[in-house]
Amino acid sequence: MADIVLDKVTKAYPDGTTAVHGIDLEIADGEFIILVGPSGCGKSTTLNMIAGLEDITSGELRIAGERVNDKAPKDRDIAMVFQSYALYPNMTVRENMAFPLKLAKLPKADIDKKVNDAAKVLELTDYLDRKPANLSGGQRQRVAMGRAIVRNPKAFLMDEPLSNLDAKLRVQMRTQVSRLQKQLATTTVYVTHDQTEAMTLGDRVVVMRAGRIQQVGDPQTLYDNPVNLFVAGFIGSPSMNFLPAAVEENTLRTPLGDLPLGDRMQRMLAAGDAPRELVLGIRPEHFEDAGLIEEAQRPRGFEFTAPVDLVESMGSDKYVYFTVEGEGPAAADLEDLAADAGGADLPEQGGLVTRLSAESRVREGADARVWLNLDKIHLFDPSDGRNITLHEGRAAGVSAS
Amino acid sequence: MPAKLKWGVLDAIVVVFALVPVLWIVSLSFKTTATLTDGNFIPREWTLDNYRTIFQTDQFVRALINSIGIALISTFIAVVLGTMAAYAISRLDFPGKGLLVGVSLLIAMFPQVSLVSPLFDIERRTGLFDTWPGLILPYITFALPLAIYTLSAFFKQIPWDLEKAAKMDGATQGEAFRKVIAPLAAPGVFTTAILVFIFCWNDFLFAISLTSTEQSRTVPVALSFFTGASQFEDPTGAISAAAVVITIPIIIFVLFFQKRIVAGLTSGAVKG
Repeated sequence: MADIVLDKVTKAYPDGTTAVHGIDLEIADGEFIILVGPSGCGKSTTLNMIAGLEDITSGELRIAGERVNDKAPKDRDIAMVFQSYALYPNMTVRENMAFPLKLAKLPKADIDKKVNDAAKVLELTDYLDRKPANLSGGQRQRVAMGRAIVRNPKAFLMDEPLSNLDAKLRVQMRTQVSRLQKQLATTTVYVTHDQTEAMTLGDRVVVMRAGRIQQVGDPQTLYDNPVNLFVAGFIGSPSMNFLPAAVEENTLRTPLGDLPLGDRMQRMLAAGDAPRELVLGIRPEHFEDAGLIEEAQRPRGFEFTAPVDLVESMGSDKYVYFTVEGEGPAAADLEDLAADAGGADLPEQGGLVTRLSAESRVREGADARVWLNLDKIHLFDPSDGRNITLHEGRAAGVSAS
Repeated sequence: MPAKLKWGVLDAIVVVFALVPVLWIVSLSFKTTATLTDGNFIPREWTLDNYRTIFQTDQFVRALINSIGIALISTFIAVVLGTMAAYAISRLDFPGKGLLVGVSLLIAMFPQVSLVSPLFDIERRTGLFDTWPGLILPYITFALPLAIYTLSAFFKQIPWDLEKAAKMDGATQGEAFRKVIAPLAAPGVFTTAILVFIFCWNDFLFAISLTSTEQSRTVPVALSFFTGASQFEDPTGAISAAAVVITIPIIIFVLFFQKRIVAGLTSGAVKG
């Protein structure tokens, strides 16, 4: 049990590239923290530095208050689960799990007891004498977890441990990992590129990009109050819709129509250095079929009509895709996001993804009347991606007075 | 079925093609001098005289000892050095790595015959001529590139994560190599050992050029010096018998290590 502190930790390679730029992060004892970001954002490098598998170029890493920069991995007393599982193929499951204990020179009886206990927790008792080659993917994954938990280390490090499992198993293992972590209450640093895992597993989530931390917070905060365009686009599935918006007097000109601006927004945008061209961000669930909105709620939103492109009924609700005239917004952050998603996860330029109630009667090909919640929309500065609707750390929408 | 038949026929042709010369030599070795040239594949009269002859001559027994000793020592040294070099090549990024790989490739491609005269001169001056080390040294030189290439391919197959995992589990670099990497590399080491051993065992060029007496002459060379009882006698039978005898260690070597060359030993380490 220990806390982990990263103090301006930097990783630079001899060829001049810098993978991690002075990261500051305090991980509390027993906390489950997720490092998330697109590939190449430095999250795995950060994890490897905590593990001791990569040297720290500058800055300080403290585990349980002790500086460990120059300590070998074996002296840090932390266990790691690898993406590839990295099981020793020449050993049985029992030997794999006993390996760290044998190296620690524990008495035989202790080793047996700990291995059996861990096997019971992970439901591996029947497989203890098998070789990894004769296990399924999920079982191998559990053996890898078992090898980590038998030692009762100060902290667990997990490097995309579920990404090799198929979708259904991944969901099952996700809950198992979560339960296990709560049960053991061991500090855990978990790296993933999957924002769903990040949202569901962590006490806190660290969004990283290009070697820098973008935002740290609990999943709901990240979702509701993203500090910038990148976090807004990365967290959430389907991802946030982004549209170009231009400030004109008291209104915001967007492809959906002219949105009214509240007093606070007007004051902010009246400041001299405020940009005139903005990026508007709206999450899919903040739209609703205008016919299903109660009268009392109606004034808090804005209504527009748009042609329905596609309807996907999920049973509980409907994903409705609209065509929007005009070009998409331009911002470097959006290009990064699109590149990371391979362009697949993001709505096509000019498209709009909405999540409407299952009762909605919208039909493909027809026009639909849609309501959007003005309290929940975000405005971003396209030059640096900053969320300008954040007010004391909370997103306040554009209509607040 | 026709496809299976086709493959069966093809296999049979390959097997026959490979085995007929071997069986022929075996057959010759059991023939008497009189029936040697009778053209029968299966000897009419079986005899062990040829085998008796070769084991009665000191020449052959001595050569056999030389061959075994020289090949084993060369194999051992080449495999040990090769293992270390290959591990470094597959795992580390060190200055001069490209040069090392390039030079070893160059050595492997160098025509050996062009080295015979300089080696002859060097070894005569340094006193290595006609000694065991005089053969062991060039064998190691030419076996090393082979060993390095084969082994580094094997090491590259072993996922790097395994070493990292071992380190995280509390192993030192040495323990990680001994307990995790070495057992996995064993099939590769044995395969390499067999290849190197066969290379040393079969060599004729260096053996005939760098030896002059029974002191260090190996079997392939000794065979070429075989004579009959008189100069008019043809030693074909004896040569065949000797050829059969020197093939046996290779077969034993391969059969012995074959058990340890379990294909796919690394499967299961990582996601399949």
